[in-house]
Amino acid sequence: MKRLLGVRPELLGLAVVGSIVLIGLPTVTNQFFTFEFAKVAIFVCALLGLNLLTGYSGQISLGNGAFMAVGGYTTAILVHAIGVPYWLTIPLAAVVAGAAGLLIGIPALRLSGVYLALATFALALSIPPILNHFDTFTGGHGGIVMPPVMAPFGLDLSQEQWLYYLCTGIAILLFAFAWGVVRSRTGRAFMAIRDSETAATASGVSLAYYKTLAFGLSAAYAGVAGSLLAIVTSFINPDSFGLGLSLTLLVGVVIGGLGLNFGAVPGGLLVVWLPYFAEKAGEAGLHIGSLSFAGKPDIFFGAALILIMLFAPNGAAGLLVRGWRWYLSFRTATRLPVAGPVAGR
Amino acid sequence: MTAFAQQVISGIATGCIYASLALALVLIYRAMDLANFAQGEMATFSTFISYSLIEYWHLDFWPAFVITIVLSFALGVAIERVVIRPFEGKPVLTLLIVTLGLFTVFNGLTGLIWGYVFKTYRGGFPSVPVQFGGLYLNVQDIGVLGVVLVMLLLLYLFFSRTKAGLAMRAASLYPDSSRLLGVRVGWMLALGWGLAASVGAVSGMLVAPIIYLDPNMMQSILLFAFAAAVLGGIESPVGAVVGGVTIGVLMALVGTYIPGGQDLRLAFGLIVIVVVLLVRPAGLFGRAAVRRV
Repeated sequence: MKRLLGVRPELLGLAVVGSIVLIGLPTVTNQFFTFEFAKVAIFVCALLGLNLLTGYSGQISLGNGAFMAVGGYTTAILVHAIGVPYWLTIPLAAVVAGAAGLLIGIPALRLSGVYLALATFALALSIPPILNHFDTFTGGHGGIVMPPVMAPFGLDLSQEQWLYYLCTGIAILLFAFAWGVVRSRTGRAFMAIRDSETAATASGVSLAYYKTLAFGLSAAYAGVAGSLLAIVTSFINPDSFGLGLSLTLLVGVVIGGLGLNFGAVPGGLLVVWLPYFAEKAGEAGLHIGSLSFAGKPDIFFGAALILIMLFAPNGAAGLLVRGWRWYLSFRTATRLPVAGPVAGR
Repeated sequence: MTAFAQQVISGIATGCIYASLALALVLIYRAMDLANFAQGEMATFSTFISYSLIEYWHLDFWPAFVITIVLSFALGVAIERVVIRPFEGKPVLTLLIVTLGLFTVFNGLTGLIWGYVFKTYRGGFPSVPVQFGGLYLNVQDIGVLGVVLVMLLLLYLFFSRTKAGLAMRAASLYPDSSRLLGVRVGWMLALGWGLAASVGAVSGMLVAPIIYLDPNMMQSILLFAFAAAVLGGIESPVGAVVGGVTIGVLMALVGTYIPGGQDLRLAFGLIVIVVVLLVRPAGLFGRAAVRRV
């Protein structure tokens, strides 16, 4: 097999095509689609973080929507009340949300499996009423309106195009970082903990350190996503960060692929576009009797969660990896092991 | 002082509702070490069924109540057999995700069939005050208390006096030995899911007249039920009841005496869960977990 720069030519080709699509997308679609693809990039950020926690270190979180709220409100309050430039608030949102994640991560150390799910479920449910309650900072139900963001340096880009490039660029940076984490000592420790806490401890992996770290990292990712969401919509209110958001993130990470970083891409595409298509399908008259499916993607999301866990525990990304290996074995005519990494074992 | 006493009594009544949902959670947790996140949404679905029986089939509340309990039992058994069974022996993370899938499916299904408009639900008891020793009590609260007590008595009799109850207890404690003795362990799990669905349905039908009926109505109740189950020790039925009543009273007092307490009740639920898990993970009545290495 010939390799270019140490990479298979097929992969290099994919990367080139992918870059062209990513860069060219907003020049060929309309404002609405560009805006929605910016949201895809935001969800990719959040899903990358959740995957580090759930997919790689085996801890479930139903509360990452709450960390998105922390990031989003950090940005909104800094921009609105103090007038900090919006781009500066993105790293700050990561820091604040990450710190919140560490705070939750410390009790989470003692909560494994079911209990962690319970505690983070309670966190997701209690965030919106808390935000409503402290309305001197958060604006309560009315939320906070931020000035719209314009393209900097006199770039000839529409507002949507600039936001798309901003979000996509940050998503790529975060992807590269997650890729690096997974391949480092830290990533191996995460996976060791996921596969067996006992064995990991016996091999000298500090459960306390790495579990808290996973929580903090995951929350920082969610914080960036929340901050970008606030910037892109130039508005934030408590109702956007309810239990529904946390469940959406879980759906995205499971369907995209637990334990595979690039699963965040199909996951992000799905959670942004499926509701849109459900709306369209409902308008087009998809119904059973008098029951219309318009704007109700939930049933599909839930059924997909169950079916994916049953038939493809590594989600869409796992299927792609399998397809890729099948292609390789076909090309080289030698049998390679087909099994992919299995999540949550 | 009377205001305080009245808050406590109404807290006990709401607590009984938390307790019954917590009991449903405990039933499944004991059988398979799993927190069923779909329990609340299943209860909501059942409550909507009873709503349809009352509004469209023109049944009285009590026949509808009994029919709904039977239907919910069948639904619970069917879910265990069809959805949960293929995942037997899978890791907890997988099962948790499956129950969250069920959560989403039932929430969506309820919204699809009955819509998201809040509905008034006429329960079995009128919401009128009666005077009792200087206190004004709500008939509805007393009714809730009575229904839950009867349900607890029936469950106690089932588990202690019937063969099926004994078999269920055996199957959850010693699955392998039970199987050798001819207990059909798989079906005992299904029975557990059925019972849990029925008990959950009771909690839904009791709470719906107090709050409005809508597809998301059980989510905060589920949080308090989790808090109750964790406080009582998630394996203990007695603990679920004591925990439920404690949480009910605590939330009534928080809602009344802390400024803005209504908003913060959910946050207090979170605090209870986290504090109990940190200070005494086994809860009040649970046994300490032993990790086998």
